[in-house]
Amino acid sequence: MKSREFAKVAEQEKIASDIYSLWIEASGIAAEAKPGQFLSLYSADQSRMLPRPISICEIDREHGRLRLVYRTVGAGTEEFSRLKAGDRIEVLGPLGNGFPLKKGKAFLIGGGIGIPPMVQAAKELAGQEDPSMIQVIAGYRSEQFLTQELSAYGTLYIATEDGSAGTKGTVLDAVREHALDAEVIYACGPRPMLRAVKEYAEEHGIECWISMEERMACGIGACLACVCGSTEVDGHSHVKNKRVCKDGPVFLSTEVEL
Amino acid sequence: MRNTKVTLAGVELKNPVMTASGTFGSGAEYGEFYDLGALGAVVTKGVANVPWPGNPTPRIAETASGMLNAIGLQNPGIDVFVERDIPYLRQYDTKIIVNVCGKTTEDYCQVVERLALEPVDLLEINVSCPNVKEGGIAFGQNPKALEAITREVKKYAKQPVIMKLSPNVTDIAEMARAAEAGGADALSLINTLTGMKIDIYRRSFAIANRTGGLSGPAVKPVAVRMVYQAAQAVKLPVIGMGGICTAEDALEFILAGATAVSVGTANFTNPCAAKEVAEGIERYMEQQGVDDIRELIGAVK
Repeated sequence: MKSREFAKVAEQEKIASDIYSLWIEASGIAAEAKPGQFLSLYSADQSRMLPRPISICEIDREHGRLRLVYRTVGAGTEEFSRLKAGDRIEVLGPLGNGFPLKKGKAFLIGGGIGIPPMVQAAKELAGQEDPSMIQVIAGYRSEQFLTQELSAYGTLYIATEDGSAGTKGTVLDAVREHALDAEVIYACGPRPMLRAVKEYAEEHGIECWISMEERMACGIGACLACVCGSTEVDGHSHVKNKRVCKDGPVFLSTEVEL
Repeated sequence: MRNTKVTLAGVELKNPVMTASGTFGSGAEYGEFYDLGALGAVVTKGVANVPWPGNPTPRIAETASGMLNAIGLQNPGIDVFVERDIPYLRQYDTKIIVNVCGKTTEDYCQVVERLALEPVDLLEINVSCPNVKEGGIAFGQNPKALEAITREVKKYAKQPVIMKLSPNVTDIAEMARAAEAGGADALSLINTLTGMKIDIYRRSFAIANRTGGLSGPAVKPVAVRMVYQAAQAVKLPVIGMGGICTAEDALEFILAGATAVSVGTANFTNPCAAKEVAEGIERYMEQQGVDDIRELIGAVK
């Protein structure tokens, strides 16, 4: 049987403006987790009833630890940002399907707070591929984070909106500037980025896996809050609405409407 | 042995705890967390005659001690429900209550008729969803319309009929009496309270539907008051819900006159909430020396 559990905070640090890196001890979750999955984090304040879905950035199976990198966007995530080593937080997971990592030359595309899941994806691809096959493209507004981790497992290309580092523009501007190509794409980031990546992939006939975000209540597939439009009838409600939390968050780009 | 059994319109429940429609799917997601046989009944998410796609997203927003939702009754329709969801729930030693939604009286009756030969124990008629344009609440805010649809549904129903009432009315007692006059076998209340949340930075509505139904502990005192008033107004058994998170919350409703209670939004915070409410009621009975849960129903002084 599944259950929520208390995880012990191993360490937390602020790694950029409003971006926090939290390591928690949860050996059961770490043993099961895959890149692209997420956890539900519960507030200690009972007036905040809904869990916050946070993607998994790194999995340390050996030490039973998980790294979560998140942005503070409201009272719930601000509460999490005050957690210190030794504190406890209630979590549930791993949730969702995760990235199906394939053979071949890959783009790992992350935009903003969609970048963290690409760390574990790159790490696991590095275990099965030549590093030259792993091309990470990270898009930031300006301030960068996780660049060291991302460049450890492949080649990192950076795009910034203000041109302060790497290519000035979008992740696809970086792809074009460096004349990169790939056989498979994994992407996570804001909706306009995902829309552009989906279009690029379909134009070039590249298999593309995108990780979606939508406001969630239960996180386990029951409430039907976090649906996204799908091209085919979904298995749950037999309409064209897949559940991001349960059927996703990772979908083949041709499966979903953005 | 303390008795936790209650009888609802002739159906015996092992305990008074059930799930509020729309917060529990058809149980499958929660069956991964505990044996659903711990509950008196599972109330399913609303099912219509055909699949409904629901509303655009975002469909929910958190609010202080609660949430707004405007899911719009996304559901797979009665055919899939009968084939997939009823057999799933039949595996468990719990009663099955099917929540029925529709746009027209004919839609409701079609679903009710289809369920007549199915192994379900009770029907709950959703005439109080605030998030769909047609049907739903249109029947639940006018006593004459409520009485009429109750009477129509009863013509086709083979199982006892629970009418689920909206709190978005001036006089809940009048609505309770209208459902009773139409032949309802039980009442359940409250559905969600219509609310709104605005994102001040984007200057936009927090949910795509603009308005949504407010649920969670924020609505509990309103719900307890309405359950009390409804229970006073009719002879029918009443199922109380609205912000129940703990056994203590549930006991307030029972003392106010509820024969059974439903756990709703709390299922999102804690997937085991409903089971824990049932366990907590037993602990309370032991501590307080209550031999029979039925002593507590409406026992507020």
